[in-house]
Amino acid sequence: MELDSEKIHNSSKEKFLISKTVDGFFLSIYSVFKFIVRFFREAFSSPFEFKEIINQCYQVGYKSLPLISLTGFITGIVFTKQSRPSLATFGASSWLPSLISIAVIRALAPLVTALIAAGKVGSNMGAELGSMKVTEQIDAMEVSATNPFKFLVVTRVTAISIMLPILVLYSGLVGMFGAYFNIHQNELTSLTAFFKSAFSTITFLDIFSSILKAIVYGFTIGIAGCYQGYNAQNGTQGVGRAANAAVVVAMFMIFIEEMLIVQVVNNFR
Amino acid sequence: MGDEQNINREAVISIRGLKKSFGSLTVLDGVDIDILKGENVAVLGRSGTGKSVLIKIISGLLKPDSGIVTVLGEEVDKLRGAALQRLRLKIGFSFQSSALYDSMSVRENLEFPLVRNKRNLTQKEINDSIEEVLADVGLSQTIHQMPSELSGGQRKRIGIARTLILKPEIMLYDEPTSGLDPITSIEINNLIEKVQKQYNTSSIIITHDLTCAKSVSDRVAILLNGKFLVTGDFETVFHTADATVKTFYDYNFINDNENNKK
Repeated sequence: MELDSEKIHNSSKEKFLISKTVDGFFLSIYSVFKFIVRFFREAFSSPFEFKEIINQCYQVGYKSLPLISLTGFITGIVFTKQSRPSLATFGASSWLPSLISIAVIRALAPLVTALIAAGKVGSNMGAELGSMKVTEQIDAMEVSATNPFKFLVVTRVTAISIMLPILVLYSGLVGMFGAYFNIHQNELTSLTAFFKSAFSTITFLDIFSSILKAIVYGFTIGIAGCYQGYNAQNGTQGVGRAANAAVVVAMFMIFIEEMLIVQVVNNFR
Repeated sequence: MGDEQNINREAVISIRGLKKSFGSLTVLDGVDIDILKGENVAVLGRSGTGKSVLIKIISGLLKPDSGIVTVLGEEVDKLRGAALQRLRLKIGFSFQSSALYDSMSVRENLEFPLVRNKRNLTQKEINDSIEEVLADVGLSQTIHQMPSELSGGQRKRIGIARTLILKPEIMLYDEPTSGLDPITSIEINNLIEKVQKQYNTSSIIITHDLTCAKSVSDRVAILLNGKFLVTGDFETVFHTADATVKTFYDYNFINDNENNKK
């Protein structure tokens, strides 16, 4: 008898926890949706924080250049090295530039750059805004009649949505140089011949989809970082959680978006 | 402050039946108080009794569950967007942690609210305002320093300067002397009095510090169990017969004396 009532008690407790988790999940989705709607409302209403957007573009874009250059270059080299044996089996080593350009421009440059940016910029946004939140700096802006959302969130999300496409194109170019570096060492191909062959297979749709992806990824990284930071709670622990969640959520969303965009873009090929 | 004088002064903040809970915890349970023009009111009470919540509701940072909070004739809870920002320009809020923007220098901290709220100011007018408030808080030399390079007392004073730069009509101080040594506390108390006289502000000072309450306030209000148990001038409240209030006072008084001996 006692065992039965205990079982019932445990089962209702489990049901309660499950329903609480499900509720929490949908509430977070609603909260993120509200955050995004607020972003668009604030982004298109005056006053505009142009100076801060430029400052954020510098922080997000220029300061990420060394890391993006290095990762882009290495991606180019490694992908070329890994692809050569397979193509060589069929005596198709001359297709390397075309293969690499398609892989780099269509997939690798946007994905690798976005993942690096999620780690570097997204975590920075989560930690910075989280720290401002728990030390009442955001409240201080609000009570001094300044709109903290416009100054902190709109500027950061706009900056990364602008800068990520530029970084992606730059990373793609550096990746191609990485690939050329490797191909030149093995096949002694000239730079002109390499790029001529590489770009012969690239279409406008490839470049367009790459830029589109970068804008979507940039927006995702910005929203994930700012949302987590802006809603951070519970002191320093909350700041750490915000930075961590900013990266995890952004990376997860980037993969889902990659899959969806590829599906949509492939319909136009 | 005589009662006759008070009758003729308008209330800049008027609170009626204010209630606020966080989950099952009720922190404010029917608060009523008026803050008169030019008056400094110290709010005393134990930690967690909702003192900071009270001033956050007054500044519109938190929403009340029920009750009416009127500031300078406007019901805060009903204001949104530009109307709330206009009211906030008239309210200065000094945070317990100072809440200085730590990525900005002292100058940028002071410039930040000014350039965003008074967009037609010339660079010279901005510079003059910054120098003026820094001189008022006695920290002109810190203009190029970063918040991390300032002492606790200096941070509090810069926090106050950042609110003064917008020339507020009401000042809300959240524990202005907490974590400071007695001498720095006295300096902050003197600054609060100076601000009241020079800027003609009305203030609410949230504090545990009886010395601060005694020296800067015209009136003291004791917030216990979600309500103001006693309000009046310091001496009246200090000699109240209410046992709960007496316990609070006695405890603080003993601690103050022990601190002074040390």
